[in-house]
Amino acid sequence: MLRLALRMLLRDWRAGELRVLALGLVLAAGSVASVAFFADRVRQALTREAHQVLGADVLLSADHEWSSEFRDAAAVPGLRRAESASFVSMARTGDEALLASVKAVTPGYPLRGALRTAPDLNSPDAVADGVPDAGSVWLDERMMAALKARPGDSMELGRARFRVAAVLTLEPDRGVSFMNFAPRVMMRSDDLPATGLVQPQSRISYQLLVAGESQAIQRFEQWARTRLGRGERIDSLENARPEVRAGLDRAQSFLGLAAMLSVILSAVAVALGARRYTERHLDGYAVMRCMGAAQSQLFALFAWEFLLLGLLASLAGCALGFLVQNVVAWSLASLIPGTLPQPGSAPLAQGTATGLVLLLGFALPPLLRLQGVPAQRVIRRDIDGPRRGAFAVYVVGLAAAFALLRWQAGEPKLAAVVFGGFVASFAIFAALAYVTLRLVGRLGRVGGGVSWRYGLASLLRRPRSNAVQIVAIAVGLTAVLLLTLIRADLLEAWRRRLPPDAPDRFLVNIQPEQRGALAEFFRRNGVKQPQTFPMVRARLVSVNGRPVSAQDYSDERAKRQVEREFNLTYLSELPPDNRIAEGAWFGGKDLQSGAFSVEHWVAERLGIRLGDRLEFLAAGRSFAAPVTSVRKLEWDSMRPNFFFIATPSLVEGFPASYVASFHSPPGDARLTLRLSQAFPNLTVVDVGVVLRQVQTVMNQLIAAVQLVFVFALAAGVLVLYAALLATQDERTHEAAVMRALGASRRQVLSAQRAEFAVLGAIAGALGSLGATAIGWALATRVFELEFVWNGWIWLAGPALGLACVVLNAWAGARAALGRPPMVALREGV
Amino acid sequence: MVEATGLSKVVRLANGTPGANELVILQDISLEVMPGEAVAIVGASGSGKSTLLGLLAGLDTPSSGAVRLDGSDLFSLDEDGRAALRARLLGFVFQSFQLLPALNALENVMLPLELAGKADASDQAREMLKRVGLAERLRHYPKTLSGGEQQRVALARAFVTRPKLLLADEPTGNLDAATGAAVIDLMFELNAEGGTTLLLVTHDDAIASRCARKVRLVAGRIDGEAGP
Repeated sequence: MLRLALRMLLRDWRAGELRVLALGLVLAAGSVASVAFFADRVRQALTREAHQVLGADVLLSADHEWSSEFRDAAAVPGLRRAESASFVSMARTGDEALLASVKAVTPGYPLRGALRTAPDLNSPDAVADGVPDAGSVWLDERMMAALKARPGDSMELGRARFRVAAVLTLEPDRGVSFMNFAPRVMMRSDDLPATGLVQPQSRISYQLLVAGESQAIQRFEQWARTRLGRGERIDSLENARPEVRAGLDRAQSFLGLAAMLSVILSAVAVALGARRYTERHLDGYAVMRCMGAAQSQLFALFAWEFLLLGLLASLAGCALGFLVQNVVAWSLASLIPGTLPQPGSAPLAQGTATGLVLLLGFALPPLLRLQGVPAQRVIRRDIDGPRRGAFAVYVVGLAAAFALLRWQAGEPKLAAVVFGGFVASFAIFAALAYVTLRLVGRLGRVGGGVSWRYGLASLLRRPRSNAVQIVAIAVGLTAVLLLTLIRADLLEAWRRRLPPDAPDRFLVNIQPEQRGALAEFFRRNGVKQPQTFPMVRARLVSVNGRPVSAQDYSDERAKRQVEREFNLTYLSELPPDNRIAEGAWFGGKDLQSGAFSVEHWVAERLGIRLGDRLEFLAAGRSFAAPVTSVRKLEWDSMRPNFFFIATPSLVEGFPASYVASFHSPPGDARLTLRLSQAFPNLTVVDVGVVLRQVQTVMNQLIAAVQLVFVFALAAGVLVLYAALLATQDERTHEAAVMRALGASRRQVLSAQRAEFAVLGAIAGALGSLGATAIGWALATRVFELEFVWNGWIWLAGPALGLACVVLNAWAGARAALGRPPMVALREGV
Repeated sequence: MVEATGLSKVVRLANGTPGANELVILQDISLEVMPGEAVAIVGASGSGKSTLLGLLAGLDTPSSGAVRLDGSDLFSLDEDGRAALRARLLGFVFQSFQLLPALNALENVMLPLELAGKADASDQAREMLKRVGLAERLRHYPKTLSGGEQQRVALARAFVTRPKLLLADEPTGNLDAATGAAVIDLMFELNAEGGTTLLLVTHDDAIASRCARKVRLVAGRIDGEAGP
């Protein structure tokens, strides 16, 4: 049976009966697999990226030196280790003194990522060779500028004297945390005892960095977790680089969308392909029944044939997906440092499952029809089998498809919008198509020539199959329009989020009275005036009257956060890039009586809910108010973001400094230096490197997303092709009948043209409608981007629709008219 | 070989009360065909010829009556049982050829053997196609064959299983006279070679007269039988 099924598969394939079906499956499996492969690798890239942020694969921190037990455990084969100690101390050169954040490192540091140094300020930097030599230190740019130091100068730290050897330009594990305000001095840990700064009471943070093969690392991490003592912790990778992560998340959503579109479209193509296959095999099935094949035998034969087809097509799709994914990974090579381990085999299963589910859900119902075909059909061909159970199977198929989408998208909302959009589109398209057909049919009888009337009449003669065709073409066009015009708009809106003049410098610690002078400085230097935010440092002391203490939280980060002061701002307007997730932004009553708005991550971590009463302590005074909203932030906006926003009335009286971000004009490299000389108390945080990285990431991700969209586009075109093919047999036969009845070539052609023109125009308009609606829903509901109304789509849709059907009419007519009518008639429907 | 007794086929029309809106297609047909005999069923369009053929092959079920095929009571079997019987006994030739469009000539002929699980399907089918004069056309698809060639492929497919009974439904209905005659000649040759019983439905008296016996149907009843 299996052998025969395989033979039948090969024969059907060779005869071109399975092309649409197989292509649909290949595209569905391919897009799902490529996105899954890609997601796999992006996850790995992200982890690697995050490891750079740690400088290691596992980072252990403690408030005391690490015991030899831990050190030895990290010294096994397959692992590398390094250590660092960080503390704050005064650094002096000549007359200048500055509080520095000192980091003493052992050779080998960092284990992941690399330090970069430059021989002098404003000279090009390069990857550093190891760590500072004995007796020498590296200073970051801010330290150099503030101490007015030059390489070769000497610097005092504690009781020891060091030579300034280089400018430290990049420290991968430093991030842009506002907590690291003090400028950096990097030294060798061997030199630490000489400074005399390591005393029992000094606040030093000790890090043990470990890196190595993933299995050895996992073993080590598991081992370490069970042995952590007081004041010891393992730093997690979660929340590393939120700004890069936000971009990746968005890209993942886009990729998920592309894969979902391909799956839906492929489902349509598979259903259409299976329908055509069934129509063309009804007779053959009946013949085989005459030859004495049992129902069960034939069903098994077809089932095996389709299962084999499904498997082969899905595997081909996975192979294609793997290929595409490699291209994507290659195009992202500069984003992903080093060579990535090959992706796992899970995407293979995912792609194959997709193909088989589609086949089951959308090819089975038409196939079930075969089973009901009476053998009598060979003698009386008008006999058709009952269509039993097809609806139930379609429902199962739809449910399976939705589960597939849900799995694929990873987020229920995106899946719901896309799936709901398409299902609603199907229903609305079908209703509109049917009504329009009737309307056009009625109006069309009033005037026009014979061909025109005949063409319109034939529209009405098969309202159901024509409506099906219109819906299929409209769905195909929806996808094509969505993937061309709307996609471009969406990606543009994404790109606009981070324009070339996005802020790349943060200014912290602006005093209230400095704001005027600062504005004047910016005006003189031709820099766009930045928006300044007041900042009050305050401790969270109680939630709903219950005192807050670090012991209440198991999460290390939450512990650290409540031990420190938060930066609060006060505003009456919701800042851009903030979105209310729960509750409502400050109303008139809130502004009077006082209220807080909390960022949703920190709310989650600290267990703060809407309506909770928060009490903060600042400058020895406390203030309290309820939480009236929870906000979500756009971490990739590169603007100052605040965990807590208070109403102005609540905190206006407290001492505040201001924070601002601005875009430093290119070509004015010394602006930052002039700024810190003019306002020595200001801290300038240069996030240019981070910003450029985020921009690069975004551009590369957009390129990758585009590539994967090609799959969906191909699936859309396939649906169009399948839709047009669906009625081709019927039309060929009809044209032959007309010819046989004495119609001229011209009459046949213009009758078909009239029919197709109406068909194409309706489908095109519906496609435009669908694409606009789905595009709007995606922009506003899912991606939270601005929706741009695209007028072109209303021209492009009908034009494309017409082009498709005209092309098809031409091809179909050629097929119909290219042979003597007798041949076409004899071949039957 | 074939023995039909009291076969009737009545179709109830839509929403009809029994009796009032019934269409009698066949009424009380009794017919016996001996092994090796060639019988033509003739009659005008709508006389019930094709329905009778369908019943004799067990493709359809009668309203009343019975059919014995090679000793087996056809309608005491279920549909799959009848299919198994067909596989063992019958060959078919249809007016519209009914070749599978996705299969080439050779594969069409191989199909019944393959369905029966025969190992040397390809050799037997080649042999048969050679016999009907299409050795050069093995790889041709039906749509690239002429009508006469298609019907010859159909004959090869019908005879390749060495059936005891060949049922032919207007085998020349879609062919011009000359081609039709050649196909009929071939059919009778194959029939004679295999000692096959032949049951032929036609409205062409010339073809019918080549059969040993003619059964005429008029409005669903046997109107008369005639020998050669």
